[in-house]
Amino acid sequence: MNIVVCIKQVPDTNEVKIDPKTGRLIREGVPSIINPDDKAGLEAALRLKDSQGAHVTAVSMGPPQADTALREALAMGADEAVLITDRAFGGADTWATAHTLAAALKTIPYDLIITGRQAIDGDTAQVGPQIAENLHIPNISYAEELKVEGEYVTVKRQFEDRYHILRAKMPCLITALSELNEPRYMTPQGIFDAYREKQVKTLTRKDLDVKDGDIGLKGSPTRVIQTFTKSPKAAGTLVNNLTSEEAAEYLLDKMKEKFII
Amino acid sequence: MNIQEYQGVYVFVQQVDGKVAGVSHELLGKGKELAQKMGTQVTAVLLGSGVAGLAGDLASYGADRIVLVDNPDLKLYSTRPYAYAMCSVIEKYKPAVVLYGATAIGRDLAPRVAARIRTGLTADCTKLDVADDGTKNLQMTRPAFGGNIMATIICPDYRPQMATVRPGVMQKIKPVAGAKAPVEKLDVVIPESEKDVQILDVVRKESHKMDIQDAKVLVSGGRGMGKPENFKLLEGLAKALGGTVSSSRAAVDAGWVEKDLQVGQTGKTVRPNLYLACGISGAIQHLAGMEESDVILAINKDEGAPIFEVADYGVVGDALKIVPILTEKVKAAIAARNK
Repeated sequence: MNIVVCIKQVPDTNEVKIDPKTGRLIREGVPSIINPDDKAGLEAALRLKDSQGAHVTAVSMGPPQADTALREALAMGADEAVLITDRAFGGADTWATAHTLAAALKTIPYDLIITGRQAIDGDTAQVGPQIAENLHIPNISYAEELKVEGEYVTVKRQFEDRYHILRAKMPCLITALSELNEPRYMTPQGIFDAYREKQVKTLTRKDLDVKDGDIGLKGSPTRVIQTFTKSPKAAGTLVNNLTSEEAAEYLLDKMKEKFII
Repeated sequence: MNIQEYQGVYVFVQQVDGKVAGVSHELLGKGKELAQKMGTQVTAVLLGSGVAGLAGDLASYGADRIVLVDNPDLKLYSTRPYAYAMCSVIEKYKPAVVLYGATAIGRDLAPRVAARIRTGLTADCTKLDVADDGTKNLQMTRPAFGGNIMATIICPDYRPQMATVRPGVMQKIKPVAGAKAPVEKLDVVIPESEKDVQILDVVRKESHKMDIQDAKVLVSGGRGMGKPENFKLLEGLAKALGGTVSSSRAAVDAGWVEKDLQVGQTGKTVRPNLYLACGISGAIQHLAGMEESDVILAINKDEGAPIFEVADYGVVGDALKIVPILTEKVKAAIAARNK
């Protein structure tokens, strides 16, 4: 079985801070990580490899630095890694990203494609289903459990108030939730192999069967016209040095004032 | 593409078991407002099996017109049959705008539709407006980078302009009793090739609790509550106030409470009359989910906690000590008022 896992290198958004003077994002010193949902997807693939045998390929679209994320995937146990990188792909929105990734996936054998549900920098959750649409294969989003039996994959698919147990014939695309599992750590031998023994293959614009009008900024239907940080709300009142009794009385008064009780 | 051909604001109505999702009502309200600015109408797109009876409900929440695709293949939500039906509606009626709730259904359906139609889709929007530069483009604003920045996005050259919208953010209109809207039925035959995922079982999650998005009062706990047992204190206060308990991501990640109680960028957006934050420091991603609450009260030991920057009234102190006393005082005050 061939499993392809799409991973994205993202800034750890928990570490992103705003410069209070300029209102801009401070990106310096923010660590780059494999997006958590994607890492859970990679772990799911590696578990299938451990339990029933599979060839796992990690694929990432991004700048040349995304090589680090792919080496980490190799060190965790992926068999192959592919970096899709070209200036021509820059500025892509989800439509153009999915279109480009799908074109790359057409050059790689797959039975099962796993993506994370969403990336923590963009939070769109759109690229997974859109890749599936480009490849004309089924997708099952929000996977909390998955198992493979023969040619079929069975998934516990999460909704707000229920689950559906879904079954599809492969090839199929699954989007993984971080709840799926606890990803393994890289091993020292794995890290050694990832940098000394294994290669990250690169695909560029000329390797893909795509039209210029369908990739990068030019191929993207959406345009960002403005970015801003939220203006802080006017500060309220803060009281200090009250006893617990006084503090409770203070809060009760405010609830009465605001007609909560 | 002649974008002038595309007219009208359409709302995908999410119904599960014949019940319309709250976010769909919210979008009909918002859609009506957008439609007025564009000089057009808001149409509810209702997909399902045996759901024609919901038309009156949709009219009462603001739909000017309803497009109904009633088909046994749409009884339960499934990605490709729903995407096929939605694409059929879009191809026939050519809407300028299509809105979906940013739910586990909307965020699966809308991307597939956008990829097929070849148009833009903006995820998880928290604000929608119409450009006043003559284009009447839909301006879609959404948080990114974990809620650290906001981005306004347009889809100038493709139609329809599509967005998923975060539940709990837009206001529904007060339902108009007896409102009526014309229903147009569209017959769609779902090809066998689209029915490639089998639904083996439907398992409902056990939950007897109020949805935190419906609560008027939320008593919310974070890491400062120390351990899961201490959430009982919050439940006591929430009960006295007629509300329910919610939490920060820290308390969910620690395994103290269930994920469906989580407020924030990766949880739910809430807008209760009262949000009482107990032992919550107030990471940006948490604030993104609750700062629109009417009244925000906060208790935290650290006077530098960011939660105090959005709180209307803050108390520096120990929530574990203050909450039980406050609970008794609230009970006494309510008992006195009811005498």
